Amino acid sequence: MRIIVCAKQVPDTTEVRIDPKTNTLIRDGVPSILNPDDANALEAALTIKDKLPDTIVSVISMGPPQAENMLRECLAMGADEAYLISDRAFGGSDTWATSNALASACRKLKDYDFIFGGRQAIDGDTAQVGPQTAEKLGIPQITYVQDIVLNDDNTVTVQRQLEDGYEVIKVKSPAMLTAVKELNSPRYMSVDRIFEAMKMDITRWNINDLDVSPTDVGLKASPTRVYKSFTPPAKGNSVMLEGSVKDMVEQLAVKFKHHHII
Amino acid sequence: MILKKEHELLRKTIRDFVEREMSTYPDEVDKTGKIPEEVIDKLVKYKFISSIIPKEYGGAGADYVSYAIIMEEISRRCASTGTYITAGSSLVALPLVNFGTPEQKEKYLRPLAEGKYVGSFGLTEPGAGSDAGAGQTIAIDKGEYYELSGRKCFITNAPICDFAIISAMTDKSKGTKGISTFIVESKWDGFSVGAHEDKMGIRGTETSDIILDKVKVPKSNLLGGEGRGFKIMLNTLDYGRIGVAAQALGVAQGALDEAIKYTQERIQFNRPLAKFQNTQFTIADMATKVQAARLLVYDAAMKKDSGGVPGLESAMAKYYAAETANEVAYKALQLHGGYGYIKDYPIERIYRDARILSIYEGTSQVQQMVIAGHVIKK
Repeated sequence: MRIIVCAKQVPDTTEVRIDPKTNTLIRDGVPSILNPDDANALEAALTIKDKLPDTIVSVISMGPPQAENMLRECLAMGADEAYLISDRAFGGSDTWATSNALASACRKLKDYDFIFGGRQAIDGDTAQVGPQTAEKLGIPQITYVQDIVLNDDNTVTVQRQLEDGYEVIKVKSPAMLTAVKELNSPRYMSVDRIFEAMKMDITRWNINDLDVSPTDVGLKASPTRVYKSFTPPAKGNSVMLEGSVKDMVEQLAVKFKHHHII
Repeated sequence: MILKKEHELLRKTIRDFVEREMSTYPDEVDKTGKIPEEVIDKLVKYKFISSIIPKEYGGAGADYVSYAIIMEEISRRCASTGTYITAGSSLVALPLVNFGTPEQKEKYLRPLAEGKYVGSFGLTEPGAGSDAGAGQTIAIDKGEYYELSGRKCFITNAPICDFAIISAMTDKSKGTKGISTFIVESKWDGFSVGAHEDKMGIRGTETSDIILDKVKVPKSNLLGGEGRGFKIMLNTLDYGRIGVAAQALGVAQGALDEAIKYTQERIQFNRPLAKFQNTQFTIADMATKVQAARLLVYDAAMKKDSGGVPGLESAMAKYYAAETANEVAYKALQLHGGYGYIKDYPIERIYRDARILSIYEGTSQVQQMVIAGHVIKK
């Protein structure tokens, strides 16, 4: 079995601030991370590999050369191979242009059973790249996946998260699934895998390696236009306590003490 | 400090581990006296506990910088867990890695790396602390086997160990050259442990005496040959010190973190404490010393990784980092005022945990002796 995982390197938004004058992200000095939902997608693929060791988990990403660091993390978590789609021609791509390139890379890899991706990236929050890639490949897609059960007949039974419950869907391979954080808890990189990952090759593909033309990708192929972005007014510093009433009362008392209220 | 990419990745994943798995647990561990099994299982699974054990015996086969990173970041949150890691992955593993036969490694080192066995290291005795050569434990050659009798004290993991690395006298007339080292299984007749030690700090680790009453130890469990025990123990401590130095660094950093956090929150005289110059100068001193300790620790680790023998460097790192951990924990608690004396704040535990660092695996004064021995030429 081959599972392709689509991953994106994103700025760690817990550390990103917004420039109040220009309303753009201040990216200087902000560390880059593997997009959290994509880590859930990778974990789902690796869980299948744990059960079926012959499974090949291939991670693909479109991004600048430094996205290689993120792909090394994926290898250190346990992925078998990594592909970086990187070319100036892809610069400025929106979700439409990006999914053209990713779909092309999936076609080139061939013989995949499933494609896993995160529901959305924390920098753009569009949740479009996964579904668009599936459309362009002509395969079924299930978004908001919170549980995956692999069946013997080349199908998976998944739970698709809804606001007030979930749907159970059975789908035959090949198919695209996009993961939400409730799907699993991503594994850590193990010490030995980190050292192995440093020695592994990451395959670079540029536009000539893919079956897309320069008019399909990049800024000019991107129909999205951003007219305005702004920071919503802050809601105030509220903290939601969780757990049983007893737990919450205990937490509350500790917080009061910490703030010298009691 | 500039580290290699693999070391940066390792630090990142350990920090992630600490955030996700160890957020509330140092206080629990301090109360219950045990590290949760699910955490130990994960330390094993990701090879955080076997970083310097070779791959062919189930370890990660990584370097000392990696080991130091693990010890620093884990101890920054929980010193007890740091002690648990260093007891197994260094004190017990190193004598086996460096002096064990292939059979001994297969039988004891592999299960240690794979988390199937817990090991302990028995050097200290009631009458032989810093004077490690004054041990009274004896091993009598009975032809087929050795018969070990004696008492070891303050042994980390003794109550839960499957085997212990034990030093004992095979020939008293030869002094330290008459000491040998044995691998002794806890299930053998005559092996027992003393009462649980009610410690001041690192209360998450289990510590007790090991009592040996005519324990029959097969000849195949002698480590490195008769009379080589003192060398094995000193060699182990020389390198093992890097781990404890990194633990001390982590504890110091953890205390500094708490001081920075608290002084920004606590308002007195209508200002956060952090706005007072006294606070700023104190924290500047603490941060500078922590960074100096860090450079010493990683310098020792890098020297070992590049094939050198960091006897001097590891003693300096252990000495300075341990003293710094105590000083920084003291000052951090002082900045907390009365609240620092209350168990609701982590600094109360950190202050207690720090105290062991200048005592175990060679007191600060023993480190000073080692350092002086290197720098004052005879």
